[in-house]
Amino acid sequence: MDITLQNVVFIIVAIFISVFSVLTVTTKKIMRSVTYLLFVLLGTAAIYFLLGYTFLGAVQIMVYAGGVVVLLVFSIFLTKADENLNIGIKIKKVLPILLTVLIGGGLIFFIIFTHNFLPMASTDAIEELNMKTIGFALVGGGKNQYILPFEAIGVLLLACIIGGLLIARKR
Amino acid sequence: MGVELYLVISTIMLCAGIYGFLIRKNTLAMLISVELILNAADINFAVFNKFLFPNQLEGHFFTLFAIGIVAAETAIAIAIIINIYRNVQSLDVDKIDKMKH
Repeated sequence: MDITLQNVVFIIVAIFISVFSVLTVTTKKIMRSVTYLLFVLLGTAAIYFLLGYTFLGAVQIMVYAGGVVVLLVFSIFLTKADENLNIGIKIKKVLPILLTVLIGGGLIFFIIFTHNFLPMASTDAIEELNMKTIGFALVGGGKNQYILPFEAIGVLLLACIIGGLLIARKR
Repeated sequence: MGVELYLVISTIMLCAGIYGFLIRKNTLAMLISVELILNAADINFAVFNKFLFPNQLEGHFFTLFAIGIVAAETAIAIAIIINIYRNVQSLDVDKIDKMKH
């Protein structure tokens, strides 16, 4: 792997994501956990940018960093969730879980590195995905176009708003 | 730089998410772990699309719709968690056993 700007950025993003995703599940305070989750989500957006999917990266930042994380922070403020998260976790419980995760992860790594993937596209010059292409594919009704899921997700979000109001309202 | 390196990142994220989901007792912390798992799956869709099928956009749009569904799922989950907190005064999963007996 030769040293190009893209590879350097990729390695930085990879280390960033790995460190912060481990910190998210091991830290003591839930507020810190959410902050590290935000960093992981921003790193994921950086990966989408690296792949040339800039629209996807923008959506990731808007929906996750702007919506989901704010929602999580609000619910932390509304509940009394400021105690130590690692309290009451015994080493007898940690070991089997850690073993499960490590064996599962090792298995996935084994499969990734022994599997022969299809001939890969050249990644030397990744060009940005055209916005016009996305727009036509998203609201077109033909083959490889996605008007139906687009409408379905609109209905789903409406149902989600009504459901959320019904569940969380005061009786 | 191949598809494997991207998959390594998403595998680490997935394993961290599973570990957190199994070990945390706080419902909000478990929800955060679920976000990690879903995010790892999203990365995989985008990466497979870009490297193995660069002339199509299935993975791209699947990720796009998955992000929308994750937002809906989180909103509903937080509504349920707040409702539980109102009834039980706790977020600990060990204390949520009102419907058990």
